[in-house]
This record gives sequence, structure tokens and C-alpha cells, in this order.
Amino acid sequence: MSIKVINDKCTGCTLCVKVCPFAAIEMSSKKAVIDLDKCTLCGACVDSCKFDAIELKRDSGKTPNLEEYKGIWVFGEQKKGVIQSISYELLGKAQELAKKLKTEVCCVVLGHNIKNNLQELIHRGANKVYVVDSPELENFLDEPYTNVLVNLLRKHRPEIFLCGATFMGRSLISRVAVKLHTGLTADCTGLDIDEKEKFLLQTRPAFGGNIMATILSKNHRPQMATVRHKVFKEAEIDTSRKGEVIVEEVPKTLLASRTKILDIVEEVTSTINIAEANIIVSGGRGMKSPENFEIIEELAKVLGGAVGSSRAAVDAGWMPYSHQVGQTGKTVCPKIYIACGISGQIQHLVGMQSADIIIAINQDSSAPIFTVANYGIVGDLFKVVPLLTAKFKKALNK
Amino acid sequence: MNIIVCIKQVPDTTQVRIDPETNTLIREGVESIINPFDTYAIEEGVRLKEKFGGKTVVLTMGPPQAEAALREAISMGCDEAYLVSDRAFAGSDTLATGYTLAKAIQKIKNFDIILCGKQASDGDTAQVGPGIATQLDIPQVTYVKKIEEADEKSAQVERMTEEGFEIVKTSLPCLFTVVKEINEPRIPSLKGRMKAKKAEIVSWKAIDLDIDEARLGLTGSPTWVSKIFTPPPRPRGEVFEGEPEDVATKLVEALKDRLNS
Repeated sequence: MSIKVINDKCTGCTLCVKVCPFAAIEMSSKKAVIDLDKCTLCGACVDSCKFDAIELKRDSGKTPNLEEYKGIWVFGEQKKGVIQSISYELLGKAQELAKKLKTEVCCVVLGHNIKNNLQELIHRGANKVYVVDSPELENFLDEPYTNVLVNLLRKHRPEIFLCGATFMGRSLISRVAVKLHTGLTADCTGLDIDEKEKFLLQTRPAFGGNIMATILSKNHRPQMATVRHKVFKEAEIDTSRKGEVIVEEVPKTLLASRTKILDIVEEVTSTINIAEANIIVSGGRGMKSPENFEIIEELAKVLGGAVGSSRAAVDAGWMPYSHQVGQTGKTVCPKIYIACGISGQIQHLVGMQSADIIIAINQDSSAPIFTVANYGIVGDLFKVVPLLTAKFKKALNK
Repeated sequence: MNIIVCIKQVPDTTQVRIDPETNTLIREGVESIINPFDTYAIEEGVRLKEKFGGKTVVLTMGPPQAEAALREAISMGCDEAYLVSDRAFAGSDTLATGYTLAKAIQKIKNFDIILCGKQASDGDTAQVGPGIATQLDIPQVTYVKKIEEADEKSAQVERMTEEGFEIVKTSLPCLFTVVKEINEPRIPSLKGRMKAKKAEIVSWKAIDLDIDEARLGLTGSPTWVSKIFTPPPRPRGEVFEGEPEDVATKLVEALKDRLNS
């Protein structure tokens, strides 16, 4: 590994001085000079230089000084200042991993006016909460969020960084991993620590859930992974836990964005987002008409669940695409999934077969949905579903 | 307006089965298709060109047979096709793949918009699109469900989120990953198929790109697959048959405790 300033190209603009997390660059005779004792070869200056005046050579890309990377970081995803449940789920897992590594758990939150909202992260197990608070970070934007996270990760060097596999997380973390030149594993369903080597074992489904793969990042840090909603249990709240909130300042140049949000539109739906739902009641071609989805909605309401749909029902225009479960829709992982009038094409099964309990209601006893169902009802859903609604209502005292 | 669409040829995952004795994927007889999400990117690329003029180029990295996917894209209306194929790329993870595709894009040059499907159906990572944008140092908007306006300098799009969508304005060039909702891919016309048959596919090897070999393939990939296994099969469930009243009662009984916990 080596780094140098190409003096002919350096214009003395001082951008690199501002972005260096280690204060390792100074100006001398209007040229940047890198103090190699302070420099960690993190590459922040290389990214910032608009004139390609800093050259960093990596040895086959390995992260140098692996053993200096310590601690587990969790991305604290916030929307409108509210920490999203996925972050609490990650904190639960992070504590388990931290115990095995005998290290600490930190959470990082980016946003605006969020400083007073962070005690719950400590109560849920974060030893430290790093916060960057700035108007530019109020809503998620790929570039400033990436730049700020990369800056903090380079400075604090955690060995593991976990993030939700959400619309925000998947977009953001892919950029962060490339900038840090490290490995990233998407949609892990299992995370563990290798007892001997202390690597993060990242297990995920591939080929539509037909196989599972365990993935390692041996020579790169941080080891990064995303996890979907509801894969791990939320960390318990313990108000006696103590921790530290650390407010970080970053250079303004990191907050620039070439994209801008003009408006945020929340589509009004009576139902819960299916990716986050604990219980999903889904309807398929067997529902026969859009009006019939009412009985599905009623059952979902009694169970406190969300309404899902097969592709057939979406293509027929009975349900909006945002409700579609399956290969070209959403992959869901609820505690209970009730499939009504869904035959169970493999495209649908790959989107829901990791549910804890699957219930199939279908007239055709040979429908493939029954091969994955824990409980099956062979019968007329138009009779069975309303009866279920009534009986659950009674059983749950609603 | 010049558009580059990045696609991937994938095994049709709905056909993939596991050999129960060897615990490996049975690949024989499994068709190769264009990643379903990429067909929406191709369609959008062709529509943008039809609306604003310019050309739509399709690019893939893969084995030589991935040429078939490029020809299909041409039959749908793409103008030029590039195949990046070399044994040196084998074993690439998303970081190495994003790097290689970014290098190919730098060689193609002159692009305003890069389009990708939101993820590939075999790996499901959704990492390569943002990876390309980062390597090229251009902005990105992921999960785009509508491209509303575009001119030489900027575009306005709708980005899907958990709660609904955001209206995002971006400077160009920019990379978009698109979702199914954005359009309905066309069926290739007979004329399109004829054109695809005759089309010249530009093929590049590693040596043709201005590329750092240490960042390619297995060597350039930080992630390693250490173990592959089949998920345990779901136990055979209980099936209730009979009068609706009875079966509904049985199911509620079976689930009651779980719901109350």
C-alpha cells in the first residue's frame, strides 16, 4: 500500500485537507502534503480530489491493519425523526454477535433535529450512538448519506456494519461498500461469528430461495450485511441501560447532493406495509373479483395484519402492485401467512416460503400451495374466510 | 439522449431444482432468460429513445452465451449491444462486477442515463446498479417507477418507498434502477427479431478495457462463498377437510395460542 500526492496535478484547493478524518494532510507551498504517520490509507482524500492528484495503490485491494477494526455498528434508519423498527431488530442481533466478539455495539443515526430521540437506541442495547445532525440529512439522499457514513466508518473503523434491507438501506449501503472497497452481503437470514477466526458468517438465500449460501469477507473491513424486516427479533427495552450519545461534525462538502427530493407522497392505504407485517392475508386468482377482497381485508383487520396479493390478482387490476408478494413483487417473512385462493406457483412461493406458519385455503387439494402449508383447508374460501373472521374475533375478544 | 441499459442473463429460477442426493443445483434443462427486472429497464430505455431521440445501448457481462440476451434486447428496440466476457471475470462478486461494468461504460462513453433492473432474480442483491453509479461517480435513484421529465441536464422521476413514493429531481448523467411498475415490456416485432439476428455484437475482453486486473473476478471480490446448502424442507402440514364451520373451528384452535402470545 502506498499513497502520494502528484504535485503537478495538485492545485492547492485544500479539499483533501477538509475531508481527511485523521487530520493527516497539511498544505505546504500551496501543495497537499500527507503525513504518513497519521495516514491510514483510507482513501477519503482520493475520493475528494477533483484533479486526480492523489494516488493510492492497494495490494490486491485488501484492507490494511485488519486487527485495528473493532466493534459492531448498526445503521439507525430514521424517517421523520422516528427510528424504524428494523434498527431495533438489528440491535438485538448485534448484541448477540458483540458478546461472542467481546466488543461493543454502536448505532449511527443521520438526520435533522433528532438529537433528543436517541435514548431508546441505548435502552435497546447500543453502547454508543453516533449522530450527525444537519438540515441536508433530514430526508434520505444517496450521496450525502453515503459520504457521511463513509467518513464515520473510516474514522471509527468497526469490524462489522449492519443495515436494514429497506428501500433506503439497500440503496445507501451498496454505495458505501464500494467507496470503502469492502464486501457486502444482501438480505442475510442468518448472522453468526466463526468461533476460531472471528469472521462474520453471513447466510442468505439464493436462486429464489432454492439454496442457502454462507458468505465471508475475510480480508476486508468492515464486514457489511443487510437484513430484511422481521428476520430477527427486536431488542428488548431496558431503561436501566446506560450509553453515550456522540454528536459528530462532518465537513460541509460531504453534504452536497446531485439529487433532490421535490415531494414525498404517502399513498393512503388502510393496510400495513406488507414487508413489515407480522401477519399477512393474501388473495389470488381464486378471489374472482376486486370486490371480494373485502373479506380478505376484514380477516386481516381482525388479525391486525396486512393484505397481500398474488401476481395474478395484481395483473388483473384487482390489487395495487405494492401489495404483490412473489418474485417480481415483495419478499415477505411474516409470522403467519394466510393464502386464500392462491394456487402457489413457484414465483409466489419464493416470495413467502420463509414465513413461520403458512395457511392455505383452496378448493383444489392438489394445488402446490399445500406443499408449503403448515395448515391447509380444502374448501370454498367464500364460506371459510368469513367464518374465520368471526371465530378469530371471538377468540381474540375483539 | 443516450441511454445504456445493463442486463444480466440468469437461469430461470422458477425452474431451478436441487438434486436431493448431491445437494447441488440441477442446471441441466434450465433455460437462460433475461433477468425479469431487466426487461423493464430495456423497455424504458427504448421508450426514452423513442421520445427524446438518441440511441439505446445494451450491455452485459457474462459468458459467451449471454449474447442471446443481448440479441433479445435488440429485438425489443435497442440499437447497439456490448458483451463483456473473459475468464478473468469468473467469480466476480458485486464489487468486481460493478467495477468491470463501469469500465465498459467508460469505454462506450457518451451516456445521459444508465438503466438497470432493481435486482437480479438469481442473486437478488440489488447492489450492482448502485455499484456502477458509485464507480462512475454519478448520482443514482433506485426503485424508479416513473420517469416523468428529462432534458439534457436533468430528469424528474418517482422513486418507490415503503410508504408510497418520492418525487426526485436529479442532474444527468444518472443511474436509475427500475421496478416492474414502470412499464409493460413489449413483445418483439418480426422486424425486430430479424434485426436482432443480423446485429453485430461488440465483444470486449479484460484486455480491451482500461482495467486493474487485481480488481477483477475472484481476486477482486471481497466476499467469498464458504458454504452452500439446501434449506431444510418444510414439514408436511396438516390438512383440514369437511364442513366450513368445522374446518374454520379447527384452524382457529390451532392458531389461537400463537395469536395471543
